[in-house]
Amino acid sequence: MDTLVAQLQRQFRDYTISLYHQGFLDDQFTELKKLQDECSPDFVAEVVSLFFEDCEKLIGNMARALDQTGNVDFNLVGSSVHQLKGSSSSVGAKRVKGLCVTFKECCDSQNFEGCVRCLQQVDIEYKSLKAKLQDLFSLEQQIVQAGGRIPQVDI
Amino acid sequence: MASDGGVFCLRRPEMINVGGIGGMESPPLDVDEVHVLAVDDSLVDRIVIERLLRITSCKVTAVDSGWRALEFLGIDNEKASAELDRLKVDLIITDYCMPGMTGYELLKKIKESSSFRQVPVVIMSSENVITRIDRCLEEGAEDFLLKPVKLADVKRLRNYLTSDVKLSNGNKRKLPEDSVSVNTSPPLTLSPDSSESSSPPLTLSSDSSDASSPPLSPVESLSSPLSFPLDDEDDDVSTESSPTPEESPVRRQKMRSPSLD
Repeated sequence: MDTLVAQLQRQFRDYTISLYHQGFLDDQFTELKKLQDECSPDFVAEVVSLFFEDCEKLIGNMARALDQTGNVDFNLVGSSVHQLKGSSSSVGAKRVKGLCVTFKECCDSQNFEGCVRCLQQVDIEYKSLKAKLQDLFSLEQQIVQAGGRIPQVDI
Repeated sequence: MASDGGVFCLRRPEMINVGGIGGMESPPLDVDEVHVLAVDDSLVDRIVIERLLRITSCKVTAVDSGWRALEFLGIDNEKASAELDRLKVDLIITDYCMPGMTGYELLKKIKESSSFRQVPVVIMSSENVITRIDRCLEEGAEDFLLKPVKLADVKRLRNYLTSDVKLSNGNKRKLPEDSVSVNTSPPLTLSPDSSESSSPPLTLSSDSSDASSPPLSPVESLSSPLSFPLDDEDDDVSTESSPTPEESPVRRQKMRSPSLD
């Protein structure tokens, strides 16, 4: 019979694998995990938290810039997209990064409708990732609270 | 496993305090430790690079702009800074694309400075643009890392530094290294855009150095010619110019890299 810890560990493992397989995360997230240890046990959670704050701020900037009807500064939008692409790349947020690539192209070609669509998608995507990672971290906490160790998951 | 250089804080009276927005305080410097100045306008990237460096036993000062970097180094003011003796900087690692002053412009200013021109400067960029890489290397950059930066990239830099680290009194000494081979010639990063590869440099005449071989200073190593063919037309085509065409520089470099635990 499975202990609670074993069940939680299995859930954690399966969930982690699914996040990679569905393209939410890429190997840069794995790289971040390598930087986490007993001295910095919350490193990944802290970095992704900063990333999500960044998302919110940058998406706000983009929305404001796109809101200037008739006078949209696509360079400004593009610059925010570039920053978002950079930070999503650094944390392994694969889908967000992919959307940023498309978004940048829309900015470069001054495609307003395209930009608006991309903005909506990026907003949905980062929030979706945020929720999933919160679930993942919550599983970690449950494992630790149940006295277990967080398994290393090889993708 | 590399020790975390940032874990123990040496409680000494003198603290180098960068302060300000985007500045990050680092613990007081120990003359034996490698001190890296990291420059990146992205907070996320600063946190990551700082952690990467600390985990490879470096002391880190992270700033958010080229101007702050110059300020920290004391390059931008004309009077000689009394703090300069304590500002032992062994490596400067900077993002390329930054508002205000680009990493390239920062590189130029550092190379124009008599106090800091010998400090190796590494450029990071999310874009694999050959002309950009060339320009930076020509201006004296030691290396060019493709973002996102990985632990393997930083470990490689760290090994590269161990033979070049100078103490503030000008003597070179070797720090404990965890690898046998040390790359001492100017590297060029030509990485394919596969997502799982890191971007180690293509090194020329890389002798495996052991304790008996003399370490090269960054200035000396720069004088080695970059003499391999490059495709220079396309900006964003990554090229392979290693002698063994079926091996990319990335894989070839990985084979020589120290084993990572």
